[in-house]
Amino acid sequence: MNYLMRRLATFPLVLLGVSILVFVAIRMVPGDSITAMLGTEAGLLTPAQRDSLAAYFGIDQPWFIQYWRWIGGILHGNLGISVTYGRPVLDVIIERFPLTLELAVLSMIIALAVGMPAGIFAATHNEKLSDLGVRIVAMIGQSTPSFVLGLLIIYTLSAGFGVLPAMGEFAPLWQDPLRNLSQMILPAITLGFAFAASVTRISRSSMLDVLSDDYVRTARSKGASARSVIWRHALPNALIPVVTLSGIEFGYLLGGAVIVEQIYALPGLGRMVLDAIQQRDYALVQGSVLFIAFNFMIVNLLVDLAYVALDPRIRLGES
Amino acid sequence: MTPLLSVSDLRVGFGRDRQANEVVRGVSFDLAEGETLAIVGESGSGKSVTALSINRLIDFGGGRITGGAMKLKRANGSLFDLMTATEPQLTGIRGAEIGMIFQEPMTSLNPVLTIGSQIEESFRLHRGLTGRQATAAAKDALDRVRIPDAARRLKYTPNQLSGGMLQRVMIAMALACNPRLLIADEPTTALDVTVQAQIMALLAELKRETGMSMIFITHDIGLVAGIADKVMVMQNGQAVEQGELNQILDNAQHPYTQHLLQDVPHFTNGSTTRSDGRRDKDASTEPALKVDGLVVRFPLKSSFFSRATGAVHAVDGVDFDLMPGETLAIVGESGSGKSTTARAVLGLVRSTRGSFSVGARKASAEQSALPVQMVFQNPYASLNPRLSIESILAEPVIATGGRVNVAAKARMASLLKRVGLPKNSLERYPHEFSGGQRQRLCIARALMLNPSVVVLDEAVSALDVSVQAKVLELLVDLQSEFGLAYLFISHDMAVVERIAHRIAVIYAGQIVEIGDATSVLSKPRHSYTKKLIAAVPTIDRRHEHFELDTRQVPSLVRPQGFEPAPARWEQFGRDHMARAEA
Repeated sequence: MNYLMRRLATFPLVLLGVSILVFVAIRMVPGDSITAMLGTEAGLLTPAQRDSLAAYFGIDQPWFIQYWRWIGGILHGNLGISVTYGRPVLDVIIERFPLTLELAVLSMIIALAVGMPAGIFAATHNEKLSDLGVRIVAMIGQSTPSFVLGLLIIYTLSAGFGVLPAMGEFAPLWQDPLRNLSQMILPAITLGFAFAASVTRISRSSMLDVLSDDYVRTARSKGASARSVIWRHALPNALIPVVTLSGIEFGYLLGGAVIVEQIYALPGLGRMVLDAIQQRDYALVQGSVLFIAFNFMIVNLLVDLAYVALDPRIRLGES
Repeated sequence: MTPLLSVSDLRVGFGRDRQANEVVRGVSFDLAEGETLAIVGESGSGKSVTALSINRLIDFGGGRITGGAMKLKRANGSLFDLMTATEPQLTGIRGAEIGMIFQEPMTSLNPVLTIGSQIEESFRLHRGLTGRQATAAAKDALDRVRIPDAARRLKYTPNQLSGGMLQRVMIAMALACNPRLLIADEPTTALDVTVQAQIMALLAELKRETGMSMIFITHDIGLVAGIADKVMVMQNGQAVEQGELNQILDNAQHPYTQHLLQDVPHFTNGSTTRSDGRRDKDASTEPALKVDGLVVRFPLKSSFFSRATGAVHAVDGVDFDLMPGETLAIVGESGSGKSTTARAVLGLVRSTRGSFSVGARKASAEQSALPVQMVFQNPYASLNPRLSIESILAEPVIATGGRVNVAAKARMASLLKRVGLPKNSLERYPHEFSGGQRQRLCIARALMLNPSVVVLDEAVSALDVSVQAKVLELLVDLQSEFGLAYLFISHDMAVVERIAHRIAVIYAGQIVEIGDATSVLSKPRHSYTKKLIAAVPTIDRRHEHFELDTRQVPSLVRPQGFEPAPARWEQFGRDHMARAEA
């Protein structure tokens, strides 16, 4: 508990660092919101018009004033107003986030449901032909870019079976679960495939390590069956690297999957951030990067707590 | 009367070409009910592989049984063919009729499961017990191996128990279903000598209670005397000699058995200590190393910001001096502070208080540039595998700011020759050498700077017994040749007896007894020294009944600011004193 409090206490510090980084980084990109919004027509603005627009957006102030205002707003729960959407940044993010979260969760479920059994299977059939097969598929999965796989899936389905992925207006899960799942399943498979490949490889190698440990030999000497040796004795010990990997991958997915969202035309966080950068929507970029960083920290914390649950030797917060 | 287990012409091979990589080459023996067979041999002799073949665990270790026959008489009198049995049949035998315990209790228990659930598993698998019944049975099993407070310990995970306790848990697990055969594969090798005595006592008692048979595998022929009825000596995958215990120990026929009995260090209560270089009263000689009031404490903090609440008193007021050409052995069990003392002398850990002087030079506690060198326990881990021997030997010269010139190279060559390694060793890499050769390399490295003191931290403990004897011989020769002073850290009384002039017994961070080796070993005065010496197995004490002693080493954690009471010493003879006990 004490550990949890101390861990949470570090969150503001990390967020402060991230906020400075993103604030400076986005301002180092040439161009500004006005040019981005009006395009070539920005050249038609009189200096007075331009100044008043700049004053409206608050970008006429020195950067530290801008930063100070922004941070001050955040402390009051106000992430600023998005220039492109004309709405509060937090509202825009919260509108987009469920899709990204759902996609990340579905991909992870697919990755674990496929990757773990495949990894365990390969480990228990070490150096056999079936192990080689699993390893080759996993290698392909890890090295295939998601846009290739995504396009391949769409092409195969439409050309081969005449089925098109459900495009069109996106339906949130709580409004039309069936339609939502039909829209989400292919993107989730596309993302989950590479994820599953990593999980397969790490669970295979971790399982192989554990299977040669002394306590596995002890379990066998007690007369434990092959199944009990794998599931009861070896697997819990082999999970730590899998949890670490899944945590990192899941954290990345929470930041949005730009390419897959683009291919399947999904309104997720990734595309939103990309658009915001192109539009120099400073408030939206800054707000969403903070949001993504926050999510990442939460996931990391959950991963650390999972370690404790998995291995009684791990005690958090002790040197 | 058919024997419980009958093994004939057992052959086990490894790898792709099992015929070529045969590790066990035609081993035969019979084991009657209630009998204990000791299999003795050095690493690579095939003794463990033989043991793992009996319950066919070798199938999972990369080995395959390539020939022979193994028959087990089951509880109902029928014969079970261990060679042809299928894996499901074998799982019914393992744990139920053949139990097994292993060398490393620390790694042999599943770290993520409570010891209770691991013991219960045996009852669930073979007795069909579940729930409360299984828990009750597990508690009884812990009681049986004399673990105090069993009900509470069931909820512990292995990391919460000491090595000796874990080995008891292993025994409880292996004996849960009263197997009629227990295979013990070096069950005490990883344990301290007093803990070893406890485990041996426990095994002997349990054997009496249950009437089980036992196969006891060990490299220590001294340990055999206490427990075995029959002995089988193995070398290179073959049984070179087997027979009744007394016949083997008193009238060994095979040269290898004779070698194990005679050349290998055995403890003889101080009658084989060195006779050279007795300490004389000549006060004009400066000690090579003098340690005064050495204290090493590790502060305990609950977090980075909070203040220390106490400290681990690893070394608490140690004084000794070491004359040139003399060996002082520091003996004690794990956690006693003997290695910390050595490391503090070398400056590898920072001492809290105390001073050292080396020869005429006086050094402060923090200065580490002393003409002191060290040889470590594990020769496999203490040589950088990516450096050639030449670079390894050059390292101390470079580290002290010297140049690797012709003189240094000449010294390398002469040292290699002196420690008995071939001339071409310089261009080779550590993996090309055996354990004993590597330790010779470590010794050569330690001598590169011509030190006056060499600290040997368990320097022969990781070596096979017959290699041990040769390295000890080399150390003795080098000592007289170069006038080296040795600080010899060891837990092994038999080894200490061969090399020490003087012995300091260390317990809970303090020296409890120090003096002339013969005097300390033959007439120990402090109760701890007595206990330590009584625990050492010897070939002369056969079927001896060890007393079960469950005392634990006291905690070294002391509250902040704690200072131990000053020692009161009692003098016995010219060079022998022991701490007065309350």
